[in-house]
Amino acid sequence: MLKHLKIRFLLTFLLTFVADYQLAAAQTSDDIFRVDRINALITFVLFSIAILLYIKWAKEGKPLFIRKIAGLDAVEEAVGRATEMGKPVLFIPGIQEIDDIETIAGISILGRVAKITAQYDTPLVVPVRYPMVLAAGQEVVEQAYIEMGKRDSYNRDIVRYVAGEQFAFTATVNGMMMRDRPAANIYMGAFFAESLLLAETGNAAGSIQIAGTARPEQLPFFIAACDYTLMGEELYAASAYLSHEPLMLGGLKGQDLMKVLIVVLIIVGIILMTLGFGDAFRNLFEAV
Amino acid sequence: MRTIVPVIVAFLAGFVMIVSFFFNPERTFFGRIESEVLVWVTIVGGFTLLLGVVSITRVNWHAVRTKKEGWVYNLFTLLSIFVMAIPAMLPVSWSQLFGDTEGSIYDWLFFHVDYPMMATMFAMLAFYIASAAYRAFRARNPEATLLLVTATLVMLWRIPMGEAFLIRVGDTLLFGYNLPESINTYIMNGANLAVQRGILIGAALGAASMSLRIMLGIERTYMGKG
Repeated sequence: MLKHLKIRFLLTFLLTFVADYQLAAAQTSDDIFRVDRINALITFVLFSIAILLYIKWAKEGKPLFIRKIAGLDAVEEAVGRATEMGKPVLFIPGIQEIDDIETIAGISILGRVAKITAQYDTPLVVPVRYPMVLAAGQEVVEQAYIEMGKRDSYNRDIVRYVAGEQFAFTATVNGMMMRDRPAANIYMGAFFAESLLLAETGNAAGSIQIAGTARPEQLPFFIAACDYTLMGEELYAASAYLSHEPLMLGGLKGQDLMKVLIVVLIIVGIILMTLGFGDAFRNLFEAV
Repeated sequence: MRTIVPVIVAFLAGFVMIVSFFFNPERTFFGRIESEVLVWVTIVGGFTLLLGVVSITRVNWHAVRTKKEGWVYNLFTLLSIFVMAIPAMLPVSWSQLFGDTEGSIYDWLFFHVDYPMMATMFAMLAFYIASAAYRAFRARNPEATLLLVTATLVMLWRIPMGEAFLIRVGDTLLFGYNLPESINTYIMNGANLAVQRGILIGAALGAASMSLRIMLGIERTYMGKG
């Protein structure tokens, strides 16, 4: 009986809170602070705390386990293959602007790949679609060559602007693949309809292919045509995974903690939905 | 200096964007900064276009000069850049001199040359899908066979003839119960959507985590550091 009362009390409290929250959201459209986005603020604060907590633990030297990501382990193997064959490595950091976080993730991985190619003196070709990505890519590759003591091997045309239009870019890169036959093609970043055009051409050219994107609609194409595919969050984890830096790995673990919280909330949502209180619970997470 | 300044800029830019998200943009200082920063991005983007033109000209000119294999394509690219760039600078009123009454010469070149070529590239995707599907749907093991059956059902349902066929199957064999539609709805709105959302949640958290790492200066790989 007491248990039943407790559940009823909790549900009543939850429903009252949701009603107050929705009322506040409706009334405060002219206010300075966006009360209707308080759910996002709470999530942001929780997320930041989780990440900072793990970073602190990483600083203290606590061992952090990160599962193996086959696609990233294969990068060195792919460059090794290119070195043995004396053929270039083709790297595409997506087709979006530098303000897209997927492009930044791609550029981060490019730095790591450039270090390996510089180490083995393997030719690297990086076609890009936007001039800002060109500037960032050139900076990253140059820095990688300097760090590996191979400044003389660096050439500004490693990272090159090929076309601003999506399919003009695709046609150019496909042409490069068929003419130069790169030993390895690495696609890391945001891709759209051109994903399969690129990956299938690379497959036909006989290249070993590694792809990574956070766009679920393009993943099946990469999985079908590439040897390894990084899915969603793996793309963002790549720089931390490859660097083995404890501080960056701490950030990844914080993300995992947040994922656990989301899973718990989904389960709670399923239970409440089954009990008929799902709508009220769902409204708490309404994005405005 | 080359590391500290970009980290400070990244922190300030990220901080402004996050804070302005929680405040009314029309009534606060942060909202104005946010729109100002976005204008700066456009201006910087415009200037960097010159870098792109220099890069594409350098790479292609080098290939033409050294007669690299396939240099004719490079020559064609160089010509195309200037063929498109020069009309873009001519006044719209001049287009009548070339027999075109509507739009600029640049428009004509874009809609009658560039656009059909891009459409051709996109249309070729159908053939690429066919060849990728042939490889992906080979029934090599039980899992691949399950994928083949599922994909066949979904693909059949997506075309009018297949839909009509599956409805007929339901009418004839299942006494009017539309089992194929139930299966399709379950696959697309159940299994498929759940997996997509799982990937999206992971990707969103990954993007947020990476943004935070960049803002705090922990992630510096995008500058070639670390």
